[in-house]
Amino acid sequence: MCSAKQDPLILGGHTFTSRFIIGSGKISMDFTPVVVENSGAQIVTLALRRANQAGGENILEYIPKGVTLLPNTSGARTAEEAVRIARLAREIGCGDFIKIEVIRDSKYLLPDNAETIRATEQLAREGFVVLPYMYPDLNVARDLQNAGAAAIMPLAAPIGSNKGLCTREFIQILVDEIDLPIIVDAGIGKPSQACEAMEMGCAAVMANTAIATAGDVAGMARAFGQAIAAGRAAYLSGLGRVLERGGDASSPLTGFLHD
Amino acid sequence: MKKVFDHMSYLPDMEQIDSPVMDEVLSAVRAYDYDRYTAQDVRAALARRTIDPADFGVLLSPAAQPFLEQMAQRATQETRARFGNTICMFTPLYIANYCENECVYCGFNCKNRIHRGKLTMEEIEREMQAIANTGLKEILLLTGESRGMSPVEYIGQAVQLARRYFSTIGIEIYPLNSDEYRYLHTCGADFVSVYQETYNPDKYETQHLSGPKRSFPYRFHAQERALLGGMRGVGFGALLGLDDFRKDALATGLHAYYIQRRYPHAEISFSCPRLRPIINDATVNPHDVHETQLLQVILAYRLFLPCASITISTRERAGFRDHIIGMAATKISAGVKVGVGGHEEQAKGDEQFEISDPRSVDEVRNMIRARGLQPVFTDYVYV
Repeated sequence: MCSAKQDPLILGGHTFTSRFIIGSGKISMDFTPVVVENSGAQIVTLALRRANQAGGENILEYIPKGVTLLPNTSGARTAEEAVRIARLAREIGCGDFIKIEVIRDSKYLLPDNAETIRATEQLAREGFVVLPYMYPDLNVARDLQNAGAAAIMPLAAPIGSNKGLCTREFIQILVDEIDLPIIVDAGIGKPSQACEAMEMGCAAVMANTAIATAGDVAGMARAFGQAIAAGRAAYLSGLGRVLERGGDASSPLTGFLHD
Repeated sequence: MKKVFDHMSYLPDMEQIDSPVMDEVLSAVRAYDYDRYTAQDVRAALARRTIDPADFGVLLSPAAQPFLEQMAQRATQETRARFGNTICMFTPLYIANYCENECVYCGFNCKNRIHRGKLTMEEIEREMQAIANTGLKEILLLTGESRGMSPVEYIGQAVQLARRYFSTIGIEIYPLNSDEYRYLHTCGADFVSVYQETYNPDKYETQHLSGPKRSFPYRFHAQERALLGGMRGVGFGALLGLDDFRKDALATGLHAYYIQRRYPHAEISFSCPRLRPIINDATVNPHDVHETQLLQVILAYRLFLPCASITISTRERAGFRDHIIGMAATKISAGVKVGVGGHEEQAKGDEQFEISDPRSVDEVRNMIRARGLQPVFTDYVYV
């Protein structure tokens, strides 16, 4: 089995040994360092609308050194708003990574794929490492790839729902057909689901609510990190096949023919 | 004295929009008979994955009152899933208290003999600086409801000033036409709260004796006009205790629900004010809406619309506010003054109502942290 160093995740030319991306929006900031440490995550997302807390606390001060910031454009309703938020993120020193979220539905927070493609085109032109959050659709994923995305981030289930891989079949199609890292974002509720996504060949998993709503936040961060590593190892090892029906005896009845 | 007009009509210059929402809400409220529900109905509603409008009516009924603990448990889960442990903080700034309306329950009522005032732009800026020094990044600008004394342009200038100090600017002013909302949006405001007070048109008529507020439909459609004007979000609320609170809470929830369905991008928020004593009339009180009933209403809002922000008012005592945040409420005011100004300078006008929680921004922030929650000062980028 190869180590994480021999099997890096590469996004926009940047190399990561962890395949777990954690969200920062739903947990107290002072938990962030221990969540990062326990999970092994090297990328932490940050809602730009939460940055610059003035009299409040600044999340940037709680993110450990060496961790790559992945600011997101949450709050954007159009491609133009997402582009402006991305530029603001770069201006305040959040780097070149940007996770595009364009949402015109305040109830389910489902992404607007068409606007996401437009924002991706523009921001990729401006040199951002663009990671678009999207509803898993093969045609859209191809458009995002052509637009210059560095990875594709399909949702597994409605954001915050912890419902797991509801879109499993469609994510599998993206894994099979798209030559970019497929990073499952939104809806993963348990380490076992994260593990399954990695076994399917996804390049990484992002989680936020699953950790934030756990009884032991730090413990759950560790569990996710381990599950994602295990799932990746399983994928690289090649999963055994699954029979549709019946069994496959280790001592076959017809074995005597070869005696 | 201004001539009294039919409360279901519009005054000249009031924009009329083509919307089915008012009829949808009022017909649902007319059909709502909360006494017919049983404990079995409540159990069935709570067992459902999604609380629909019918379930919402069940959860607001007297039969649901013994189920407050179950409702609170589920509300806490819904709140945590959607908002994590975040609690947004803000403060209101009253920039004027002149009013043209005669609302019998309100301290700003034009017939009530109180000290009236209006801040100059210089005074507004000093107030904003004082508020910004507490660290707050979200402000709610309020006026009494007087176009004459607080014209849209005056409010627009105040909003433009606020843009220098705050990331989120809400307005709670008299209802406007959509082009006026568009103007204030370009000035930097993004959230509009308008409270219908009561959704019972007959009661509304008896409580709003004169002034433009007497037009029930113009007020009802304010949120929709605000969204048509480009505002990002809108707030809803009934003044609980003014009429049958269960019906008013049902109407408030349905109003928000139908608006959200017509404008899926809109951010929705609820406020849950109860009547409070006012200057010159200490008998104004929330009647049968005690804390138990208020809690039931707030929990029902949360379960019905898990995506909605819920603000808890300083009208409520600290002990109630401290427990409702995280469970259902997601936004709390702090360092509140309900007179005109008063954050930096002596207030120029009297208060709209009595507050019950005078704690400072620091005190509220520390309380939020002590409860294992995360105070959030900015949750929005105006772009």
